[in-house]
Amino acid sequence: MSEHYLPDGMPIPVPQSDGLDKTYWEATRRGELMIQKCGDCGTWQWGPEWICHNCRSLDMTWERIEPNGVIYSWERPWHPVHPALQDHGPYIVVLVEIPHAGNVRMIGNLLGDPRQEVEIGAKVEAVFEPHDDADPAYTLVQWRLAKG
Amino acid sequence: MSERTIRGKTAIAGVGETTYYKHGQSPDSEFVLVLKAILAACEDAGIAPQEIDGFASYSNDRNEPTRLSAALGINELKYSNMNWGGGGGGVAAAIGNAAAAVACGYADCVVAFRGLAQGQFRRFGQGAPDPHVSGDAAYMSPYGVMSPLQKYAMRAMRFMHENKVDHSVLRSISMASYHHAQNNPRAVMYNRPLSEEKYDDSRWIAEPCRLFDCCQENDGAAACIIVSAEKARDLKQKPAYVLGAVQGSDHRCGAPVMNASNFPSSSFASLAPRLYEMAQVSPGDVDVVQSYENFTIGVMMAVVEHGFCAPDECNEFFQLDNLIAPGGRMPLNTSGGNLAECYMHGFGLQIEAVRQIRGESVNQVPGADVAINIAGPMVHHVSSVIMGSEATL
Repeated sequence: MSEHYLPDGMPIPVPQSDGLDKTYWEATRRGELMIQKCGDCGTWQWGPEWICHNCRSLDMTWERIEPNGVIYSWERPWHPVHPALQDHGPYIVVLVEIPHAGNVRMIGNLLGDPRQEVEIGAKVEAVFEPHDDADPAYTLVQWRLAKG
Repeated sequence: MSERTIRGKTAIAGVGETTYYKHGQSPDSEFVLVLKAILAACEDAGIAPQEIDGFASYSNDRNEPTRLSAALGINELKYSNMNWGGGGGGVAAAIGNAAAAVACGYADCVVAFRGLAQGQFRRFGQGAPDPHVSGDAAYMSPYGVMSPLQKYAMRAMRFMHENKVDHSVLRSISMASYHHAQNNPRAVMYNRPLSEEKYDDSRWIAEPCRLFDCCQENDGAAACIIVSAEKARDLKQKPAYVLGAVQGSDHRCGAPVMNASNFPSSSFASLAPRLYEMAQVSPGDVDVVQSYENFTIGVMMAVVEHGFCAPDECNEFFQLDNLIAPGGRMPLNTSGGNLAECYMHGFGLQIEAVRQIRGESVNQVPGADVAINIAGPMVHHVSSVIMGSEATL
């Protein structure tokens, strides 16, 4: 039984060839969530870009953040658009807002019953899902409802 | 500086379209389809094909103006324009770019067009087959977010949550298109009506969208010819004047990983006011609305953002009776649109707007003088155009 939320054979994420998001993908391998923060004005930024959208500084740094947030939106795809998803059934994708990092949003699957009711505003915490046998190996950041 | 506007300076003088096919079923190649649509538009306008001197398209159309010019024996090519951005966000922009070229004298007779043959080329609603992904796709594809609907559904889910929108809104939008297609022999869904039960029983594609919330994918081509207002008055058809055209999106709409500043949006929030200002009309002046249905969710948000109803009025406003010609409060997608006529990346809706201004639609809105055309809601670069009759000048 796979330890992964979605079936094997899904597209494998690799860092951009220009090195922009290498830090993020390396951090996920260690079980850490790191996103961009402007070294000049302190604006949080996600997804990664070479420049701060707020002050135009090129001094973007990476900060480790507490891996939790709230569900901002969600969807439940049923129709498979990739060969690996044929006959798989529905799955849930959530857009998670990170209140302690400027309300940036991150995408992941919501672990658990794929047919569960999803509540916008629910608190979630990250689960690091390693794909050690992939070439190259990578780790996805997934989400589950926060306990308590 | 004189007033910077294209209002009333140009008109659509001719329209043409091929037979519309289910995807993969065209007997002609994509290039032949485009040629046929352009020739039909020339015939409709009453101009010789060699008089065309410019081309405008969008979404990386594969049929290059140089090849078209050579094939058509065009005397002199003076203008070509490709609007950036995928999907149908650029269809009204292509009309606007053609109008701008004519208004400022780059060219005199510009054809805006789109051709699609998906038997010959790849379909849209499938994930890319690449085993590795990077950039924005690295944060989406591994989670199963690959198709256009999967990329936009979360915008609508948030909008519906914030404004307490019922699924019946989406059903009404879909049924309006299918209703109009039953009077349109060109429509792929002609003789295939849609009932509430059939809609409700249809399968989920990606919640909040069912099968009938999603556009078709088709083969075909469509074109229209834009000339100066003066020239249009001397040609065969009643001109459909371009009153205003806008394109773009608001703050950080294309921010990676769904981080747009205004996320529960069809991307039109900042465009619509500019459009109405240029066209010198208000939503209350608009007689008929064509709004690109990639998915019904985009129509819902685009109609709101163009000022036809408030976000919290959707459940009352989007009733089927309100959306159908001839008597509805806001007749919507009167040809059947992308859902039920044909998905020609929205070009069929442009032609339908022209027909309404001419008074020639199969679902004619009586006395339609002002038509709006909303292109490609929810993509990161959208456009819309308002057309009017002689009476609006």
